[in-house]
Amino acid sequence: MRHPRLAPLARFGGLLVIGLGAFALLLLVFGRNPLRAYADIFASTLGDSYGFSETLVKVAPLLLTALAVAVPSRIWLINVGGEGQLYVGALCATWAALNLADWPRGPLLAVMALLGFAGGGAWAAIAGMLRARGWASETISTLLLNYVAILLVHYVVFGPWRDPEGLNYPQTTPFADGAILPAWPGSRVHLGLLLGLLAVAAFAFVIARTRWGLEMRAVGGNVEAAHRLGLPINRYVIVLMIVGGGLAGLAGMTEVSAIQGRLRPSLSPGYGYTGFLISWMAGGHPVGIVVAAFVLAVITAGGDILQMTQALPGSVVNILMAVLLFVVLGRPQARA
Amino acid sequence: MRSLMTGAVVAGTPLLYATLAEVIGQRAGVVNLGLEGVMLVGAVTGFVTTVLTGSATAGVLAAALAGALLNALFAWLVVDRRANQLATGLALMFAGVGLSALLGASYVGRPITGLVELPVPGLARLPVVGPALFSHDALVYAAVPIALLMHWGLFSTRWGLAVRAVGENPVAAFAAGRNPRVVQYQALLLAGALGGIAGADLSIGVAKTWAEWMTAGRGFIAVALVIFARWQPRRAIAGAALFGGAISLQLLLQTRGIPISPFILDMLPYVLSLAVLAAWGGTGRRAAPASLGRVFQGSQ
Repeated sequence: MRHPRLAPLARFGGLLVIGLGAFALLLLVFGRNPLRAYADIFASTLGDSYGFSETLVKVAPLLLTALAVAVPSRIWLINVGGEGQLYVGALCATWAALNLADWPRGPLLAVMALLGFAGGGAWAAIAGMLRARGWASETISTLLLNYVAILLVHYVVFGPWRDPEGLNYPQTTPFADGAILPAWPGSRVHLGLLLGLLAVAAFAFVIARTRWGLEMRAVGGNVEAAHRLGLPINRYVIVLMIVGGGLAGLAGMTEVSAIQGRLRPSLSPGYGYTGFLISWMAGGHPVGIVVAAFVLAVITAGGDILQMTQALPGSVVNILMAVLLFVVLGRPQARA
Repeated sequence: MRSLMTGAVVAGTPLLYATLAEVIGQRAGVVNLGLEGVMLVGAVTGFVTTVLTGSATAGVLAAALAGALLNALFAWLVVDRRANQLATGLALMFAGVGLSALLGASYVGRPITGLVELPVPGLARLPVVGPALFSHDALVYAAVPIALLMHWGLFSTRWGLAVRAVGENPVAAFAAGRNPRVVQYQALLLAGALGGIAGADLSIGVAKTWAEWMTAGRGFIAVALVIFARWQPRRAIAGAALFGGAISLQLLLQTRGIPISPFILDMLPYVLSLAVLAAWGGTGRRAAPASLGRVFQGSQ
């Protein structure tokens, strides 16, 4: 604990233990064996190379959706719309995959990524604009936009974009090979993971080393003073919402391209919401985001396992995620 | 037309309870985005209790209790631990989603009798307004009187004054001899009970069954409705009626086989909520309690 660099990690570990303990108690109350449950989760996610690779598959979108929250939070914006932004990003990327299917792989993937980013960004820009004009809190508007975005994807896959040969499944036709992100041979770990890590590194660089990072800190610290300094606060509000939403949209593009290979309604098991928890657990800190994304990827993957081995509904892992965030939020705080 | 009005009343009732829950909390200066989770836990607790005891009344009471308990956890975090209200509220939503799934796992899709309709003798036979207003269950009849009672309580009693004072300026309220912590706890426990009842109304009054995430964002719509209502319980009645009407219209169009995708129709309540936010959010802000959430307006 003395070591200044280890202190935050030790604290994170301590909070993790408290959270896991509280969830274990709850499982006990419901007559399940918590040790078995945790053993199942860890064995299936970290125990062998396949499980580990599947955990990394979930880390990729979570890094991006966590950034979707962390970027706007630099200036006190609370973006809870990652889920909807992810869906709109996937929708826009799918448009390119279906309509430009004969393009070569490189340019096609680039256009898909660009459209994914633009779609998610535009979706978040709605909330950013409402906030900048003082019309609506971005927290509530992004939440409501999630529902609209998911319904929009349902609409296209049940309606105009539905694959007529899809055997009654609501989904688009499978993407051409050129629209599929390359993956590590023998696994589903795809280029999106690298993209996510690069985005975290870029975020770390911008906030620590650029003028923008400094200005964001000024706006985030004291709006009044930043305003007097002549900083364009409303422009920051809209741009940071667009960048955040764009990153979530990029996650939608990588999911639809690398994992699904076509647009389906069940695109995301709540990656947008999980990203929100990750960012708050990490306090928006880049290294913390990587660590927390990994932990929550293990928990997300663990939900599927608990469903199979413990006959628990998959959404119980939501409790574990919530408890972890409660512990982080309710910890004794040094008042800043 | 008749079924539209009836549907509006049925769909508006849980929204009214939920909006009242959020109004009372925000009047005391606390935003609770976890209302969605509170409603879910209320819905499942009410449903399971009704299945086990055979009494819908017991179900409603259990739902109120469960909602209050969950909100007590929220109150402890935001009032005592000074945790960020918005983030804690969203974590509470997660907890509610998971808890309700766990509690209701073996009850999904089970049918129940639920709350019975109590037609008002004579009045229920009136054309149009009879079925729309006078042939409902007890929770529907109670909703508007509870809203009016809360309006009176907030604006005409000493306790209401204390709640509003804490929401406006906790320091001044403290100086005037009120303990903001106690007042906020009281308001949040009451809000939790109302949120639980809102959920129970969905599961044992409207749907008469339990399904995971059956609230489908109504908790968030209620948060938008609070702004429309300008933090006044009386105006919440109009808001709930409007949104109940929108939901009812959407269901009616779907059953009539209108050639519009049901998914587009399903967007209606959320888009309407956004429109209401944009229209009332700017001008209505002056009506908001001054110390609401603090983080709510930006700086902490």
